Amino acid sequence: MIGAGKMKQYGNVLEKPLSKGRHEVSLSAFAFLFSELVQYNQTQVDNIAELERRLEDAGYAVGARVLELLCHREKGNRRETRLLGILSFVHSTVWKVLFGKVADSLEKGTEHEDEYMISEKELLVNRFISIPKDMGTFNCGAFVAGIVRGVLDSAGFPAVVTAHFVPMEGLQRPRTTILIKFAEEVIKREARLG
Amino acid sequence: MAPLPPRSGDAVFANIERVNAELFSLTYGAIVRQLLTDLEEVDEVNKQLDQMGYNIGVRLIDEFLAKSNVSRCADFKETADVIAKVGFKMFLGVTASVTNWDADGMSCSLILEDNPLVDFVELPDTCQGLYYCNILSGVIRGALEMLCTSY
Repeated sequence: MIGAGKMKQYGNVLEKPLSKGRHEVSLSAFAFLFSELVQYNQTQVDNIAELERRLEDAGYAVGARVLELLCHREKGNRRETRLLGILSFVHSTVWKVLFGKVADSLEKGTEHEDEYMISEKELLVNRFISIPKDMGTFNCGAFVAGIVRGVLDSAGFPAVVTAHFVPMEGLQRPRTTILIKFAEEVIKREARLG
Repeated sequence: MAPLPPRSGDAVFANIERVNAELFSLTYGAIVRQLLTDLEEVDEVNKQLDQMGYNIGVRLIDEFLAKSNVSRCADFKETADVIAKVGFKMFLGVTASVTNWDADGMSCSLILEDNPLVDFVELPDTCQGLYYCNILSGVIRGALEMLCTSY
């Protein structure tokens, strides 16, 4: 049966050398895996909000680990303490490592002080997914929203992160926007730091 | 039109779109974690992973045949070789080795030295008996079943 062999002789996984991170798998392998994740969760829930929450929770776990990995590998264990710092970390480094390119844009919300938006024309996870009409505004980008929430939370910037479709003229498929709403304590702390 | 020659796993892998293997490993880890939380029994999780792999396999075989142009395999030995060299390379970017053939030539083992699914993973004692990569056995089963072989 698969998975039962003991090839490497390391005592535990922490002793293995950390890979350089240039290993790749095919996009279709990831797309198949992600579709199974969504399909499995669909069988476990009754409504769309639950489904989004479960995808977000799955993404949260990924985000927490991604932060650890990238902090160690890319930034030499330096910790971000400023809001713009962590946002540009997510927008550039995290996106570049996970999706192969930096996010399309990072904007500050105009209506509220604590809102920021990361936009992407076509999220990698949504590439092979089409949402049926009866699922309304459901967006599988909830997984990516979960990743962002995991990164921000573990970095000490608690936030509520959601994914939304934003129709754009001239584009056949709507753009996806990840809306980040920081908790009050983050804004207060940022103001104190000046 | 003359039939196209079969492409090697490396050639196909070089031509398709790729994603970071860490995203893949972490997503798979999230799936296994969700299953363990929901199902709690290690055997149930193994079964569910196999089923998910089966669902993937029945769709994956189309893409495999379309992109790799392999010709019909003459026997099981060739099939195992193609899976190990072309199939795994095309999707996971690693090759497997085929060993442990039994006397009839009816069963063998595929050994993966470098498995992207298990990067960063360590199984705790509470999960002994969990076949972490069981999704792979489901994928192979699904793909082969679609080829009207009953392995």
